[in-house]
Amino acid sequence: MLAPLHKRLLNDYQQDFPLSPTPYRDIAEQLGVSEDEVLNAFQTLSEQQMISRIGPVIAPNSIGNSALVAMAVPEFDLPRVAELVSAYPEVNHNYERENRFNLWFVLIADSEIHLKAVIADIESQTGYPAMLLPMLADYFINLGFELNLHD
Amino acid sequence: MPIDEIDRKIIQATQAGLPLVSEPYQAVAEQLGLSAQTVMLHLAEMQQTGVVRRIAAVPNHYKLGYRFNGMTVWDVEDGYVDELGQKVAMLPFVSHCYQRPRHLPEWSYNLFAMVHGKTEQDASEQVAIIAELLGAQARSHEVLYSTKILKKTGLRIGG
Repeated sequence: MLAPLHKRLLNDYQQDFPLSPTPYRDIAEQLGVSEDEVLNAFQTLSEQQMISRIGPVIAPNSIGNSALVAMAVPEFDLPRVAELVSAYPEVNHNYERENRFNLWFVLIADSEIHLKAVIADIESQTGYPAMLLPMLADYFINLGFELNLHD
Repeated sequence: MPIDEIDRKIIQATQAGLPLVSEPYQAVAEQLGLSAQTVMLHLAEMQQTGVVRRIAAVPNHYKLGYRFNGMTVWDVEDGYVDELGQKVAMLPFVSHCYQRPRHLPEWSYNLFAMVHGKTEQDASEQVAIIAELLGAQARSHEVLYSTKILKKTGLRIGG
């Protein structure tokens, strides 16, 4: 169960976390609570993993090269392939999904050459082809996701 | 949008999150041997150039009860994909919306939109809203629910 302060922190700071010397104090002033209350509430949200982090969100491909990659792996071999893929430091998301293409991961590397090399390596290590789906356009609206926090 | 060495260091130092201390930018600055002023100035500049989208307390949808994370994929006529992509991105339950290349014949979908529902019904209602918005411009679609999160880490740049 989330306290009203936790809900406000979750909903209101998805866009404009203050860029100021004392951001938590600024938030406290905006919400009419103390800085310690804000810090403690963020601590709780963080410990309970309700926020993944506080910090700058970087636009895709502005640092390094990234791509979404999909693989169609036979069910019996999925655990081996999934583990192998997750082990690459260049893989930062890896999901199993309900589809013929059942393994979906995001690769990020410092250059396109490096990215292609990792994909070639994954293909040879796993024995399955990888479908490369780089982003062609990002339809991005700076509004944040509307959270429904009523239980 | 070129970034310099200081920008890169700031991005790397903040990807695990700003510390929960009274002066978090100062803490990051000390770690990098910079002044807090420099760190904040670089972040402000990166926001202006679009390298930094926003500074946020980033919610973890899954832990907040959004267990039905669907990657919806649509086969949309190329001439309409930008216009429609922008409309889909404005829906309040869509967190990401991208155009990606087709891989014919096995993959004909060029528009991707992530939806997040607390129940399967919520998620399928969201898919129905997108379907209605796209109308006849969408020739076919699929929804790929995630069945397992195998790895999830913040942005890291493999060196």
